[in-house]
Amino acid sequence: MRRVSEHRRRHRGGVALKPFRYERAYDERAAIATLAATPGAKFLGGGTNLVDLMRLGVETPDLLVDVRRLASDRIDETDAGGLRIGAGVRNSDLAADARVRTRYPALAEALLAGASGQLRNLATTGGNLLQRTRCAYFQDVTTPCNKRDPGTGCPARDGEHRNLAIIGHSEHCVATHPSDMAVALVAFEAIVRVVGLGGGREIPLVDFHRLPGDTPQRDTVLERDELIVAVDVPALTVAVNSTYRKVRERASFAFALVSVAAALDVVDGEIRDVRIAFGGLAHKPWRAHVAEAALRGSAADTDAFRRAADAELAQAEPLRDNGYKVELARNTLVRTLQELAE
Amino acid sequence: MSVVAPSIGAPADRIEGRDKVAGKATYAFEYEQVNVAYAAIVQSSIAKGTVRAVDSAAALALPGVLAVLSHENAPTLSAEGELAVLQSLEVSYRGQIVAAVIADSLETARHAGQLVRVDYDVAQHDVELRPDHPRLYKPDRVNPNFPTDSEQGDVEQALATATITVDETYTTPAQHNNPMEPHATIAVWENDGLTLYDSNQGAWRVAQTLAPIFGIDVGQVRVISPHVGGGFGSKGTPRPHAVLAAMCAQHVQRAVKLAVTRQQMFTLTGYRTPTIQRLQLGADRDGRISAIAHDVVEQTSTVQEFAEQTAVATRMMYASPNRRTTHRLVALNLPTPAWMRAPGECPGMYALESALDELAVACDLDPVELRIRNEPDVDPETGNRFSTRNLVACLREGAQRFGWSDRIPEPASRRAARWMVGMGVAAATYPARRAPSTAHANAEADGTFTIRITASDIGTGARTVLTQIAADTLDAPIERVRVEIGDSSSGPAQVAGGSSGTSSWGTAVVKACRLLRAGQTEVSVDTSDDVDGGEPLTKQAFGAHFAEVLVDVDTGEVRVPRMVGVFGCGRIINPKTARSQFIGGMTMGVSMALFEETLLDPHLGAYVNHDLAMYHVPTNADIGEIDVAWIDEEDFAVNPMGAKGLGEIGIVGCAAAVANAVYNATGIRIRDLPITPAKLVGRL
Repeated sequence: MRRVSEHRRRHRGGVALKPFRYERAYDERAAIATLAATPGAKFLGGGTNLVDLMRLGVETPDLLVDVRRLASDRIDETDAGGLRIGAGVRNSDLAADARVRTRYPALAEALLAGASGQLRNLATTGGNLLQRTRCAYFQDVTTPCNKRDPGTGCPARDGEHRNLAIIGHSEHCVATHPSDMAVALVAFEAIVRVVGLGGGREIPLVDFHRLPGDTPQRDTVLERDELIVAVDVPALTVAVNSTYRKVRERASFAFALVSVAAALDVVDGEIRDVRIAFGGLAHKPWRAHVAEAALRGSAADTDAFRRAADAELAQAEPLRDNGYKVELARNTLVRTLQELAE
Repeated sequence: MSVVAPSIGAPADRIEGRDKVAGKATYAFEYEQVNVAYAAIVQSSIAKGTVRAVDSAAALALPGVLAVLSHENAPTLSAEGELAVLQSLEVSYRGQIVAAVIADSLETARHAGQLVRVDYDVAQHDVELRPDHPRLYKPDRVNPNFPTDSEQGDVEQALATATITVDETYTTPAQHNNPMEPHATIAVWENDGLTLYDSNQGAWRVAQTLAPIFGIDVGQVRVISPHVGGGFGSKGTPRPHAVLAAMCAQHVQRAVKLAVTRQQMFTLTGYRTPTIQRLQLGADRDGRISAIAHDVVEQTSTVQEFAEQTAVATRMMYASPNRRTTHRLVALNLPTPAWMRAPGECPGMYALESALDELAVACDLDPVELRIRNEPDVDPETGNRFSTRNLVACLREGAQRFGWSDRIPEPASRRAARWMVGMGVAAATYPARRAPSTAHANAEADGTFTIRITASDIGTGARTVLTQIAADTLDAPIERVRVEIGDSSSGPAQVAGGSSGTSSWGTAVVKACRLLRAGQTEVSVDTSDDVDGGEPLTKQAFGAHFAEVLVDVDTGEVRVPRMVGVFGCGRIINPKTARSQFIGGMTMGVSMALFEETLLDPHLGAYVNHDLAMYHVPTNADIGEIDVAWIDEEDFAVNPMGAKGLGEIGIVGCAAAVANAVYNATGIRIRDLPITPAKLVGRL
């Protein structure tokens, strides 16, 4: 017999409801200042993930600063011919926007592939980027998890991980990022505009989410006091011929086993431009730079698609039970490119 | 001569349908109580060991907390197994109840629950079911009361000499019931009596079970459950939380509300055992089966035994002179398995009907024809006649409705764009049971009738169907008949389980209403002497499932655009609610085939996917066209309505039809449910 004291091992059931304060923010600077000054404060957007995690005891904020009143819900043209998406734009509104649907179809498709209609009506653009992994251990406070409780270990590595990462994971964390929207936005080289105490900055979305390394508790490079105010999608000709393919066991309302956002511009049988990002493979939306480089300038045929997919996935390091994702990602990318080339 | 149009056979709307859609139907947790308190469950974080100490100080310090109940201060109960809540220091599975917090608000109770600190002595747990587990044993009986094993003829000899043999192992995972309404109980002690507002499948069963636990007479317990949001077996017997709610209410001398969370349902409210099933078939070249062996390995807990009757349907399904069935269990440090829609028949028929499909391939025979060739004249196990057996009619009718003749027997022969297309068939069966019930009936002065019976409507339409049965017996329109259910004060009655509700309650309702017709104005009846006797007959419902599947050639995603189910279930009392039951069963069958699987982490000793985001049940997008039909059948050997229960047969065999269709589409036989992209990708 071994004796344990409960320590961080909290009880099963995940039904914590720690008391918290709530403030509605009307002023951006004040909201940021409040957050910076209040340890344990969090911004609240649509609440579709944060509130769930509070119910589970995973998130235990002392203060929620509701930024829905101050977050822009506008989608504007930028001077450079792209779109500026306010952080408060609802997923459903973004998916329905005619400019998004015609100029960035993969983005609209990705949004509609995510969650359910009810959730999309609430979820915001900024909040979508900040949603947490759906790893079972992360969401269960009675189990160890380095992301939730640094230093406690990662039971998923040797435990249940069939839907977790095959690329870029570490010994500390094998979680995946759950967003569909972010995968399309990474493919389209979106920029996240944030404002903090020290002013604003622009972060390429591809660099916004992190790999877990030895600090898996940090999903993104966002500082504590920083608030997402908008996401810029640049003008991108190739995006017009784009699509999002989400592979899942259940036909709706399920996170991706693997997803692909791809855009392809083929002229006279030759690939002039291409953008590819994967979801479901890593701790962040995975921009497939290797595959893109292999494809640019090559023939738009199945052999080339296969070679590019294999080149990208050569870096995969699947765990005991998720090796299927390599084949799944490869097949899905090849088919997606074939359909875009038609 | 009757002047009233018959109600039986009419697609009557649900009597409480408007109340339900308008939010006016009151469910267990919603009953308003004066000075109510709320309880939150604290569960063990280890899978095996003993509780050393429970430190409640931090929880009790929270304003609004009334008490913390643990083994240290819990009253002694006369309870065993899962219902012996807080009676022992021993922890037998992860998630077992080790304490409860009672507080003025739900939020405070749940917050305080997190502050209760439990120290344990931890022992090595054993949670993995294996076919070679050294602690496998033979239970005395299997659920509900079948012999554990059966052997007739010489199976080994017949297998050794058979021209064609199939010898395969099929596995099904642990699955958890997820009715829309989680389990919930409000407990109120008044005048030394206990009233429970409870979500269950049998209010009498709850009263009868809880009374001795608290040392009171069953008459001192009243269980009120007029509306129940689904159960599927998980509410068939009272679960530990109901006992706990009553303990908490007794402890704080207040009404206590206790709602089981969705996550807690994955430890506290039962589940379908995983199964490992070896199926051996021997046959001649024409597909005539000479031997069937069905050997099952499954699990129970160390708390109490539950032995699922997985191979029992194999005993009577097909003609074969040599047959063997066995069940072996191992007791693991996991919660006790329990009923889940068609326990036994559902996982067992998945294996048998998959093996039949493999035999059809081996014999190069149409799988519908194979089943018809092995149709028995009498129950092969007992030699009894079947009261009615319309399997062949179901298969033929289904084949025609489905367009079975379009199927290409050669697998992987049909494509539609990136989809591989396949068709599969499987048979279904489920016992037509009946149990004693009591009922009361009054002929009111205003010409209406009131029937009281402790029936349960768990979404099945039972209230409506019993009203139709009463109306026809009384020769009255249903508007003049009021059936009051879900209140244990109406006396003993069968649970809504084993597809026996309508059959059992209906028998009592008919008996009572016949007495009213004979001129009495107030009657109470008991059917204890009515439900058995007569010629020994095998009473079973039968059915046939046909499924068309699409398999994505790149990803292995499986979709089911079209299914046909044809059933022989006796007289259909209400085509509308019956159709819903069949569709629901078939939907759950697709779910079993493609989605449902509770995932075990052997290191933690626990099931880890414990919410609806991770434990998948189908969405509307997953369910295509379902065509349901039934054979014109009446079976008055089962009950005076001529009806067989139909709550469970819809799921039986459905997963096999889907799996067989996946084989036809791809040429790949997945013998391990669910059939997921992970198991197919790279093989297509």
